[in-house]
Amino acid sequence: MSYMFTVSPDFAPDRLSGWYIFNTWLQKQSAEAIHLEMYNHYHDLHQAIAADKIDLIYANPFDAAMLVREKGFLPLVRAKGESDEAIIAVNADSNINDVADLKPNTRVAFTDDPDVRLMGMIMLEPADLHAGNIVPLLSDNHVLVAKHLLKGEADVGIILAEAYDNLSGMIKKQLRILVRSQISVIYHSLMIGPRLQSRRDDFQKILLEMDRDEKGGGVLNALGFSAWQRIEDEEMEFMIDLMDTLNT
Amino acid sequence: MIVDMKPEDIVGEYQEATLTYCDGKSRKVLYTQLETPYPDGKLIVSTTTPDGIISHVNRAFVEMSGYTEAELLGAPHCILRHPDMPAAAFKDLWDTVLRGEKWQGFVKNLRKDGGYYWVKATVIPNVRGGKVVGFTSVRRKPSRSKVDECIALYPTLI
Repeated sequence: MSYMFTVSPDFAPDRLSGWYIFNTWLQKQSAEAIHLEMYNHYHDLHQAIAADKIDLIYANPFDAAMLVREKGFLPLVRAKGESDEAIIAVNADSNINDVADLKPNTRVAFTDDPDVRLMGMIMLEPADLHAGNIVPLLSDNHVLVAKHLLKGEADVGIILAEAYDNLSGMIKKQLRILVRSQISVIYHSLMIGPRLQSRRDDFQKILLEMDRDEKGGGVLNALGFSAWQRIEDEEMEFMIDLMDTLNT
Repeated sequence: MIVDMKPEDIVGEYQEATLTYCDGKSRKVLYTQLETPYPDGKLIVSTTTPDGIISHVNRAFVEMSGYTEAELLGAPHCILRHPDMPAAAFKDLWDTVLRGEKWQGFVKNLRKDGGYYWVKATVIPNVRGGKVVGFTSVRRKPSRSKVDECIALYPTLI
């Protein structure tokens, strides 16, 4: 039997080959046939989840609640020391110096990455901005959010902090960070679906020992991670509760 | 256990008030007019037991409240209650979460040093296996306009 693995579409483009290498490594270690399917858009991912096609997923925290509560997924591991953070950025020449300076009808560029958008919109709340009184500019990726700012097509942009930090020096020089979130408790997680759950302990063990494995360390490096750390069920429930409080 | 606030912990001139909580217990609180602005980009997160005893706090909670983590863990969440907050707001909070629903509101919190900070708070029940095992509260930066509305409204509810 072959299983399907996927990665939340907000993966960094330069990590794409890393995920394929990881999948090859995982197949070898687990002796399971696992096919990696990458989706470019959340819409396509959510269709695949709804059709019960996915068995293993590196999931966005926004999807974690649905995966656990509606699809019976369980957490395995998360990248050690990593958390999801968002940045509110403006053009370096913008006269906006504080979120509180923003007014209704502000043009806000963002991607369809749901947790980054959620964190970003929370950071815009102090200006009384919400989905109903901004001009949204949905962009295909974080680089295009930055370009909207550079061209003056957006007043502010919501960007995944990791993606912002990886923008070229030339682009960053023309942007300014208004706010960087320091939430620390929201993170992506590798989760296992019902068809593979009989092997949950094996997968967890393989992954937790990965950084000490001869080839595993290099594979982790290709993903930009140092090691995996275990996610306890209650830890996942806590993050789901947290996302629930934020999603209002 | 809830204890009276101590003058030696207070920064600046203070007033005194005695708060009586819904369980009938009272506490002498000392409060000043010094506001600590809510920092951009941070969330204050805590969990409590079903009885409202703090069981988890994050670093932002420690920083904003002025208490140490050790002082907060095991203390009742009402340790943060400011005398300017109407009791009706907290009754509504408890009535809502005990029905299993989410509560949201704007709250003026009391710091250990007598100062205060405003938050937009969301509280949800933590349901595990169909049972409420505690509550999670997340506080974020409120807009000044909402705070100003509350400053005008809350005294009329006390």
